[in-house]
Amino acid sequence: MEPVVHLRAAVALLGRFPALAGIDLDVARGEIVLLRGPNGAGKTTLLRACAGLVPVVRGEATVLGCDLRRDPRRVRPRVGLLGHAAGLFDDLTVADNVQFWGRACGAEAADREAAMALVGIDGRLRNVAVSRLSAGQRRRTSLACLLARRPELWLLDEPHAGLDHETRDQLDALVGQAVAQGATVVMASHELDRAQALAHRVVELVGGTTDHGATATAPVEPTPAAPTPGSATTESPEITHVA
Amino acid sequence: MWRDAALVAGRDLRVELRSRVTVNQVAPFALLVLVLFAFALDPDRQLLERVASGLFWTAVLFSALLAIARSAAIDETDGVRDALRLSGLDPAGVFVGKAAAVAAELLVLEVLLGVGVVVLYGADPTGVGLLVLASVAATAAVAATGTLYGALVSGLRVRETLLPLVLLPVLAPVLIGATRAWEAALAGAPADGWPWCGLLAAFAVLYSVAGALAYGTLLEGS
Repeated sequence: MEPVVHLRAAVALLGRFPALAGIDLDVARGEIVLLRGPNGAGKTTLLRACAGLVPVVRGEATVLGCDLRRDPRRVRPRVGLLGHAAGLFDDLTVADNVQFWGRACGAEAADREAAMALVGIDGRLRNVAVSRLSAGQRRRTSLACLLARRPELWLLDEPHAGLDHETRDQLDALVGQAVAQGATVVMASHELDRAQALAHRVVELVGGTTDHGATATAPVEPTPAAPTPGSATTESPEITHVA
Repeated sequence: MWRDAALVAGRDLRVELRSRVTVNQVAPFALLVLVLFAFALDPDRQLLERVASGLFWTAVLFSALLAIARSAAIDETDGVRDALRLSGLDPAGVFVGKAAAVAAELLVLEVLLGVGVVVLYGADPTGVGLLVLASVAATAAVAATGTLYGALVSGLRVRETLLPLVLLPVLAPVLIGATRAWEAALAGAPADGWPWCGLLAAFAVLYSVAGALAYGTLLEGS
């Protein structure tokens, strides 16, 4: 089966700096892959490149069957990116934001409402302006916007940052559910205990460069059942060094 | 494209309704400009009446700068631009929606300023048909051009100060055309104003098409 993410010697530039300097990565459908590495290793750039936001200028780069070098825009409606920035309008309410981003990608009203209910912002918070939310509540609103999109590929950049313990569990459960329904997840995190428990495989990045010998390892078969907070595997996932 | 335009216009207008920037800041600023002109030229009431059209459109342009900067800022905050790029919204639809929202705000503002011109400057609103059509065409031209240039300077650190510098010279033909059309209407000689109205419409169409075509590239580049 064709991998959801296929990168071979992929190079992406930030200005003139090669933030990705020859990455090799294959991610199979239904996999949860954790990107690990120090600051500046290229994790965020890799996620943004997979979303079609950072142009790949050399090498092979295919995501969900879309050639990122030829037409990076085609993949965008099919991925969901939870980045450092919330992507929300401060003056609008939580419900306004979810409705707008949901409608922008053609989500049904029921899906938008369900997304808010899933992250627990459908109660009194729904009519609160985003500018009045805490960092964690903003994160939950961003997550609801992502859920409403029903993306095939989830790209999560430090997804646990700013969330309380209960919401982190909730996020992990949502990721598990999405994977059980056929989605694929690539995430970057420094909270390794929690992220490694959730991931099927760990890919290590250093300096945006690839150790071609180390990436020959085949990805592990994704677990069929969704990991839940209580049942998250404690086994160490397979580690692929990309350095 | 039209569905996306309606969605974006609704969002921008809702942001304005919630933040009340237009009501609390742009409208008072526009009225203040009119009042200051009146103070400056007060001894000569006839002069005020004669230059009412020019003062009106100058006040509209100054206010439009605030509205356009505000409109561009909505998409500048906290990762919204990336979210827009990921959303699958048609960039032409985003452009049309943003320009439509700015135009709606400006039209409301112009009604307010029109009342101000009648009360403060003693202008006699004859030739209402030409006044309205010239205002609509000029507003569309200002909104389309402003939205395009707002996107052009977005992402730059100096965008707030750069926007008036690049936009006002481009809008000079709109100021001239709208002023001439209004002068003709207020003087009771609408036949002299229709060619100017046509020029304004042509300007609006030109920049609307250019904006719709270029907005996707600007969204990617900024």
